Amino acid sequence: MSQLASEMGTPLIFEQGQNGRANRYFARAESAADYLPAEVLRDDLMLPENTELDVVRHYTRLSQRTFGIDLGFYPLGSCTMKYNPRINDAVANLPGLRDLHPFAPDEMAQGALQIMYELERSLASLFGMAAFSLNPAAGAHAELAALLVAKKYFRERGESGRNTVIVPDTAHGTNPASAAMCGFRVISLRSDERGRVGLDELEKVLGPETAVCMMTNPNTLGLFEDHIVEIAKSVHDAGGLMYYDGANANALMGNARPGDMGFDLMHLNTHKTFTIPHGGGGAGHGPLGVAAHLTDYLPIPVVRASKMPNGKPTKFVSDGLTFSLDFDLPKSIGPMRSFWSNFAHAVRALAYMYANGAQGLKRVSELAVLNANYLRVKIAPFLETPYPEICRHEFVASAQKLKKETGVRALDIAKALLDRGYMAPTMYFPLLVPECLMIEPTETESKETLDGFVESLREIVETARRDPKQILDAPTKTVVGRIDETRAARQPDLRWQSH
Amino acid sequence: MSQPQELLFSKEHEWVKVDGDVATVGITDYAQNSLGDIVYVELPKVGSTINQFGNTGVIESVKAVSDLFTPVSGEVLEVNTGLETDPALVNREPFGGGWLFKVKLSKANETSHLLAPESYDQLVAEEGR
Ligand SMILES: Cc1ncc(COP(=O)(O)O)c(C=O)c1O
Repeated sequence: MSQLASEMGTPLIFEQGQNGRANRYFARAESAADYLPAEVLRDDLMLPENTELDVVRHYTRLSQRTFGIDLGFYPLGSCTMKYNPRINDAVANLPGLRDLHPFAPDEMAQGALQIMYELERSLASLFGMAAFSLNPAAGAHAELAALLVAKKYFRERGESGRNTVIVPDTAHGTNPASAAMCGFRVISLRSDERGRVGLDELEKVLGPETAVCMMTNPNTLGLFEDHIVEIAKSVHDAGGLMYYDGANANALMGNARPGDMGFDLMHLNTHKTFTIPHGGGGAGHGPLGVAAHLTDYLPIPVVRASKMPNGKPTKFVSDGLTFSLDFDLPKSIGPMRSFWSNFAHAVRALAYMYANGAQGLKRVSELAVLNANYLRVKIAPFLETPYPEICRHEFVASAQKLKKETGVRALDIAKALLDRGYMAPTMYFPLLVPECLMIEPTETESKETLDGFVESLREIVETARRDPKQILDAPTKTVVGRIDETRAARQPDLRWQSH
Repeated sequence: MSQPQELLFSKEHEWVKVDGDVATVGITDYAQNSLGDIVYVELPKVGSTINQFGNTGVIESVKAVSDLFTPVSGEVLEVNTGLETDPALVNREPFGGGWLFKVKLSKANETSHLLAPESYDQLVAEEGR
C-alpha cells in the first residue's frame, strides 16, 4: 500500500482487484491490432481490473471522506463558497446545450449564442462596463488578458514606456503574478492604518511609467475603499488605467458598480459570485470587462447581435435579434482560450442571474454583507478583529494575541475547526495581518449555521487557553491528521507507480 | 524578547554580523517565527553585487512567498548551500546554522542605517502588538 493510502485506510484503485475480474459488457475485440495502428499499442500499462461494484464502493467511500459546500459550512475568505443551485446544472445539462459541437455554424447555435450575448449584456449593466469577453477561463486568466489589453492599448498610443503595475499589499497573489508574467514591473503599495490604499502613498509611485493600478473593492480585508473615486482620478491623471479584481463582487452587486467608480478593466470570477462549483481546481470562468475605450482590444471571438428583419421586441432583451461570433477584431489581443471557452459555465451563470433577477442579486449582496458583519461582531469578544468597523462580505480576525498567550496559531485554529465539521477559513492572507483568519460566510448560510460556527470557534479559543495541546494536536477526527506541511511542499508524493 | 547583542538589524527583519570587512546575513528569530515552516530559500549568486535594502532573494514558507532584502551593500562571497537540502535550518537556528549569505562590504558607513539590538526589540514589540 502506498503511504497515503495506508494513512487513509483505503488502498488505491490500482492496488485492488485481480486480473480478469473486470465486468465485461462488450464482446472483446479479436485483436486490438485490427482497429489501432501497431505503434500506438502498448502492453506495459498496469490497468487495474475491478468489478463494477468494487469501483462504485471505492469512489463512494472516497467521496464520503472529502468535504465540500454540500456537506457543511465553508467560510473560505476571498473564495465565495456559496451554495450552487442545482437548477444551474439542470439547465447546463439540457441536451441542446450540452451536446452542441463547438464547430457548429452560427445558424445552428443561435440559442447558445443568445445565452452568451445575454450574459455579456447583463454583466455589462450590472457592473457598469461597456463590454465583456467571456473568453478567459478563470480570474487569474482574465487578469493576464486585461494586462495584455492594457499593454496593447499603450503600445498603440505610443506609450510603451508605461511598464509598471501598482498593486496594494492587500492584493491577491495572482495580481502581481499576472503583472510580472505580462512583463510589467510590480510596485507594491503599503496600506494605511485603516487598511486601505492611501492617496499620499499612491501619489508617490504614480508617474509616466504607470500602466495599471490593480485593486479590489471591497479589498481583501473586507473593507470598502472609500476614496476610490479620488484614487481613480489620480491614476487617470497620471495616464494609467484602473483594474478591478472582481473576486469580491459578491459584496456589491446591484449596490455599486466598478464602472461608476472609475475602473477601466475588470474581471469577474463567475465561479464564485455566480454559483459555479469551484475549489477543486476545476474549470473556472473569468469574464473580462472593459470600458468603452478598450472594447476593440477584447479577446476574440465576441458575440454580436443584429436586428432580425421582422423581429418583434418581447420581454426578453435579445428577442428579435440574430447572433453571430465575430472573429474580425483587428486590434484584439487574440483568443485566450479555444472555441467558446467554458461555455457550460456561462449557462450556469446566466441561469443563476435569471433565477434571482436584478433585485434578487442586490439582495444577495446585502445578505452576504449582513452575514459577515453578524459573524464579525459575534467573534470579536474572543478573537481579535483588527479592523473593527462595518465590513462588506468578509472580514479578518487575528490569532496574534492568542499565539502570544498560548502558542496556538491561526493554523491550529483552522485545524481544530476541521474536527468540528467546518472547512477552515482562509489563513495567512492578506499578508499584512499577522496570524490572519479571513472569514467569508456568504449569503446562503442560515443564522443557525452562523451561530454554530461562532460557538465552535469560541470553544476552540477557550480550549486553547485551558489546554493548548488539544488544539495543537488537532485534527484528530479527520481521515488524515496533522500533515507535515514542509514535506508536503518539498516532496509531494503525487504519483502512484506500479514498479 | 532579547536579540543577540553582537548583531545589527534591518527593519525588514534581517540581521548582520560584521567581522572586519565581511558581513554575515540572516533573518531573525522573529522573522522565521512569523513566516512559519520554511520550504525554500533563493539566495543571491556568489560574485554578484548587491545594494543595501535591495531585493536579493526569496524565502518561501508554507504560508507565503516573501522577498529577501540585503541589509548591506557589497559583493556576495558565499551562500549557505546547506539550505538547499535543509531550508528548515533557518527555522531551527536563525542566528546560527541558518545564516543566508556573506558579503564583502563595499560601504562601511552604511551600517549606521541599521538598528541596534534594543531598537530592533522595540520594533518587534510594536509589530507584535
Ligand atoms: C482576490 C482574488 N483575486 C483573484 C483571484 C484569482 O481567481 P481565480 O482563482 O479564478 O484564478 C482570487 C482567487 O481566489 C482572489 O481571491
